[in-house]
Amino acid sequence: MEEVKEVSRLVQESTAAYRIICEQFGEAVSALDSNDTMPFFEVLESGRWVEIALFMRDHAKLKFNYMACMSGVDYPTEGKVGIVCNFQSLALLNHKLSVKVKCDRAGGCIPSVSRVWHTANWHEREAYDLFGMIFTGHPELKRILCPDDWEGYPLRKDYKVQERYHGIKVPY
Amino acid sequence: MGLLDAGITRHNVLVTSVDNVLNWARLSSLWPMGFGLACCAIEMMATNASNYDLERFGIFPRSSPRQSDLMIVAGTVTMKMADRVVRLYEQMPEPRYVLSMGSCSNCGGPYQDHGYHVLKGVDRVIPVDVYVPGCPPRPEALIGGLMKVQELIRMEQIGVSRADALKKLAEKAQDPRFIVERERKAARA
Repeated sequence: MEEVKEVSRLVQESTAAYRIICEQFGEAVSALDSNDTMPFFEVLESGRWVEIALFMRDHAKLKFNYMACMSGVDYPTEGKVGIVCNFQSLALLNHKLSVKVKCDRAGGCIPSVSRVWHTANWHEREAYDLFGMIFTGHPELKRILCPDDWEGYPLRKDYKVQERYHGIKVPY
Repeated sequence: MGLLDAGITRHNVLVTSVDNVLNWARLSSLWPMGFGLACCAIEMMATNASNYDLERFGIFPRSSPRQSDLMIVAGTVTMKMADRVVRLYEQMPEPRYVLSMGSCSNCGGPYQDHGYHVLKGVDRVIPVDVYVPGCPPRPEALIGGLMKVQELIRMEQIGVSRADALKKLAEKAQDPRFIVERERKAARA
């Protein structure tokens, strides 16, 4: 007897949502990683990210009206930085899905979705502040946590803290 | 030695030095600036509130640096905040005192190694008179630090610099354990 692996409701719902996106965009998105914690897919053509975002928000069977979180990630081995967005259809369809978008580490760009979900405005500023990817089309892309004249992007793996800031020694 | 320890004669005449009166007046109304930076500020607020009641010492927070004598640096000073702390310190009228509260403002605390954005000790930007250790310090510890500031004011005289007063304070410092033990024994008896 083969053991039947039980698929959780989260994965079922997320897979159904992903199929709709995949039908529409095909090659622009990667296959779904259907893990039990947070199923995700990656946007391979990052130029179409805003289009995908609008589709996810407005499609009658998707209705991802809530951006729960957006985090930045550094992938030094691939030479890339990226974002991970967690979406939920709050109080409507109640399904969840995560999306990853990557860009080059040096001067890479990701289209901004701050006009799709207003939550993304400050989250994208934070990711820019700490990882240094540029969000094209962002209404006010400047540092949000570090001082405006800070050097470097602190959460990159190879970050070295600056020696002095306004004449004050930074390392202990 | 408080001012009231000096004898008052039957004619309500009190003989003491000008220094003594000035110091007594200043240490009995230490007004700290009302600003907090992190979790230490919660302990500071608790100390200000009715349970620990700082107002019995004449200490109560002012909302302007121009009206305050004491700066309690309560919490993590980030590099971004460091400029502002210096600005606030410079706006305070002299004589002014600084009490550094908690590990973060003493030396960077838990951010000492990896906190790229944390100032490793507020004494890198402004002169600190009293350090209160703890993470965060309990209200009793903060009160202990404030008593130390009062002691420092007692050591001051006209014509004596702050550095000399601090040196005098360090030399005359009493280990509070003996006093605590003595009081405990007296309470039991």
